[in-house]
Amino acid sequence: MIEIEDVHKSFGLLEVIKGVTMNVARGEVVSVIGGSGSGKSTLLMCVNGLEPINSGRILVDGTVVHARETDLNKLRTKIGIVFQQWNAFPHLTVLENVMLAPRKVLGKSRQDAEAVAVERLTHVGLADKLKVYPSKLSGGQQQRMAIARALAMSPDYMLLDEVTSALDPQLVGEVLDTLRLLSSEGMTMIVVTHEIRFARDVSNRVAFFHQGRIHEIGPPEQVIGSPRQPETMAFLKSVL
Amino acid sequence: MLAGCIVTIEVAVLSIIIGIAFGVLLALARMGRKDVWSWVANAWIEVARNTPALFQIYLAYFGLGSLGLHISSFLALLAGITFNNAGYLAETFRGGLRAIPGTQIRAARSLGMTAGQGFRLVVLPQLIRVVYYPITNQMILAVLMTALGLTVGLDSDLAGVTQRFNVLTYRTFEYFSVAAVLYYLVAKILLAAARLLAFRLFRY
Repeated sequence: MIEIEDVHKSFGLLEVIKGVTMNVARGEVVSVIGGSGSGKSTLLMCVNGLEPINSGRILVDGTVVHARETDLNKLRTKIGIVFQQWNAFPHLTVLENVMLAPRKVLGKSRQDAEAVAVERLTHVGLADKLKVYPSKLSGGQQQRMAIARALAMSPDYMLLDEVTSALDPQLVGEVLDTLRLLSSEGMTMIVVTHEIRFARDVSNRVAFFHQGRIHEIGPPEQVIGSPRQPETMAFLKSVL
Repeated sequence: MLAGCIVTIEVAVLSIIIGIAFGVLLALARMGRKDVWSWVANAWIEVARNTPALFQIYLAYFGLGSLGLHISSFLALLAGITFNNAGYLAETFRGGLRAIPGTQIRAARSLGMTAGQGFRLVVLPQLIRVVYYPITNQMILAVLMTALGLTVGLDSDLAGVTQRFNVLTYRTFEYFSVAAVLYYLVAKILLAAARLLAFRLFRY
């Protein structure tokens, strides 16, 4: 379970997260929608400790993420994250990209890591690209590789940061299909997205971020179907 | 004269290898905390890049000599060129490191890697590729710079041998033309070797 308790976060004088509280239970898919600069992506970076926070706290399975004694490297093996800019490692093949962390962080043997990597890559539909370098892949394929790379660590949680925003429109579908597959398998996910339809279809709950706060949160039928807040309505109108 | 080529290659290759080591240290010192080391690195890089290589070699030979530290012509030439290489290479490394997006280290850390693992497994292999060709360029410059050994009395390298023959025979045009061709060939051979190595090294 991920527990976010009254988190505040500033970059210099600019406060981007102004007191956010939210829980994500095991097996739940929570979509986070909202305008650019509303603090959605920053919140994900805080959850796996890539960004420090100013106050409040975040617990993952009861571990306080920003506590001094927390072993962040160990914690991060449980939390997969996929970025808007997929960040493939360009010097490694697709297979090596996915094998790297299981081998070096989890200490798996080459055979074990390769078996898992091949399995995950097959899962995201890249079984025929194992020996290819990322530069030869399309954006959608690279993003699916990044998803497989995160999955290869067998995480309990997946954080997805606008994973389709940098893709050409015709490539968005294949990545969303991969995410649908994950959610159907019961993966716990926080999905920051601009794909409203996708958020409506796969999420258990949708959170609308506005000016660093959760403005409205609830089941998709409510937040997207019949929003109560005027800001939510205005946002949905602007993107749909 | 071919024996001279060997000495020339020896100086150039040694100066690049030692120059890379110092260049890495200088780049790290310059990018690190503002302390006495970053000041030293800054001064080194500034002087190496903005004064003639000839002066740097002169100072290594005659400058250190006047301080009572007498070194051979060979060492003075090597020290001077290494000093020069290190200054240029430090900037190459600094720029190379900048060229690798911070998101790469983010991705590495998010997979549970330590900062050290992220650098070693993700940043370093990419850095080597970015700085590889600038380093080969610098190596060619180092080959050509070795001719400055003449000015500190080195007579075993290509330029030195050529000058010796020239003095004995006064066939300046002939000997220096041959030497120029040999310098050209040495540079080309080193470049070809570097290309070959790159072909093996970089598969992406």
